[in-house]
Amino acid sequence: MKLTQVTFSFLPDLTDEQISAQVRYCISNGWAVSIEYTDDPHPRNVYWEMWDLPMFDLASPTPLMDALAACREANPGCYIRIAAFDSTKGWESLRISFIAQRPTTEPGFFMGRGYGPGRSIHYSARPYSANQPPGKRYQ
Amino acid sequence: MPYAQMGYWQPDYEPTDTDVIAVFRITPQTGVDAIEAAAAVAGESSTATWTVVWTDRLTACENYRAKAYRVEQVPNRDDQWFAWIAYDLDLFEPGSISNLTASIIGNVFGFKPIKALRLEDMRIPVAYLKTFNGPPTGIVVERERLDKFGRPLLGATVKPKLGLSGRNYGRVVYEALRGGLDFTKDDENINSQAFMHWRDRFLYCMEAVNRAEAATGEIKGTYLNITAATMEDMYERAEFAKELGSSVVMIDLVIGYTAIQSMSNWARRNDMILHLHRAGHSTYTRQRDHGVSFRVIAKWMRMAGVDHIHAGTVVGKLEGDPATVAGIYSTLRDEHTHQRLEHGLFFDQPWAALNKVMPVASGGIHAGQMHQLLHYLGEDVILQFGGGTIGHPDGIAAGATANRVALETMVMARNEGRDYFHEGPEILRAAARTCGPLARALETWGDVTFDYTSTDSPDFVPTSTPT
Repeated sequence: MKLTQVTFSFLPDLTDEQISAQVRYCISNGWAVSIEYTDDPHPRNVYWEMWDLPMFDLASPTPLMDALAACREANPGCYIRIAAFDSTKGWESLRISFIAQRPTTEPGFFMGRGYGPGRSIHYSARPYSANQPPGKRYQ
Repeated sequence: MPYAQMGYWQPDYEPTDTDVIAVFRITPQTGVDAIEAAAAVAGESSTATWTVVWTDRLTACENYRAKAYRVEQVPNRDDQWFAWIAYDLDLFEPGSISNLTASIIGNVFGFKPIKALRLEDMRIPVAYLKTFNGPPTGIVVERERLDKFGRPLLGATVKPKLGLSGRNYGRVVYEALRGGLDFTKDDENINSQAFMHWRDRFLYCMEAVNRAEAATGEIKGTYLNITAATMEDMYERAEFAKELGSSVVMIDLVIGYTAIQSMSNWARRNDMILHLHRAGHSTYTRQRDHGVSFRVIAKWMRMAGVDHIHAGTVVGKLEGDPATVAGIYSTLRDEHTHQRLEHGLFFDQPWAALNKVMPVASGGIHAGQMHQLLHYLGEDVILQFGGGTIGHPDGIAAGATANRVALETMVMARNEGRDYFHEGPEILRAAARTCGPLARALETWGDVTFDYTSTDSPDFVPTSTPT
């Protein structure tokens, strides 16, 4: 399977040049840009690990792209996403988020079904990779 | 005694910050003076009746009278006038759309001395807005809950509208969601009919939603329509949707304002996104001479508290002049909606931190229009392709993929600074070279357009200032 969270995940994986263009777009809007990574891509895993703090007041994409390279080197088997925060009143949340690295193989999710009354079913999704402890997945 | 002389025409009146203000388009009967017609509208939508009553003298009637304070001829129409009418805040029950509308549109639309009447816009004072809870979720929190940032959301209404069994219906949901859509949707008239009981539909739909989430690793949803004959039935359906883990339920506008506010409160208590299908609105919003403008309905629905509302596509099969639609989208999404006559917005409307409503664009749109949709409707919108997903020659999932790829390609081009509106067809053709489903979608629907004159366009056109 291919994890299709957030934006651009139905397109071919982004090149560094394309990532850099998106970061430039974020900067031009005055957003803070951050890098996050995980080896637990469960759709409801909100808090991926932060690679350092979000970068505020960037003048160019270069520092972010350097940090991305370092994050990739340290976490070769992980999902990495780039997210941008907008502090404007009335928004104060993410404005864009997209995947900047994915593992070479993505085994996907097992869907569990627990039976409830009245034919209702309680569903759960579990990444096949979650059978391994953190750090040992996607190797 | 003429209404104008009873105190309902006060040309010197200056509205206060707490007044509710309405602008009506009035077409008086032949021979009826415009000012008298405006005063009559003010009177009949507040305290007046057809004659003077002594019991007025027992009240602070000056205070309760609505005041028409400005009348202007409609541009290019010699038989129509805009009338501005101010209402004291104390005329309205806190937090009640039913009470507000019973006053403003209750009696007056059938009043004989006027040929036709239309409520064009309203200014709701912050003092009154603060008595409403507004949308239970709002655009920002919905995006946080769904983990979807940086692009319009995608949906599809299950087709055919009627006749599918629960099992077959869920198949459409599964295919559309796994193919790349974020949401699927029940249509307005899918409730609980002989061919599909509501419980069956909910159960099969949730199987489909969860299967699609596991297949993609992405959060998905389906608007389960809980519209029913009684509030008791609606609460029962809503509770079942919650038990099954649905993130969203849906209601139709025809259930009425009180029922909408009740379901909004329920949604707020249960962390549920509330989708509103505007079923029936065109009976009173579409004709410019008579009825209620949809921008007013949109305003009332933001106050009543819905998270999604169908609000026009510009390019699709249903009524939607670009300027009028822009005005409606501002009303739903802005922190502060600014007066803009060429968009039909007569007033500045601060929203007092009421959540924003996600507009839904639905009806006769397809992947080949993606550049136009993004240009006209922006990013915070749900684009719903029903026929444009399910009618794809290679199947529903292929239709969904075509839409998602077209959307993400266009957003990427926009963010890269390209002139995507003009280069749109070229950008789509390039993306189709690596996406077979998009290529087929463009072949199939590339030329489909619905280019008819709008009936509901603004009266004011922008004029350039001479330099």
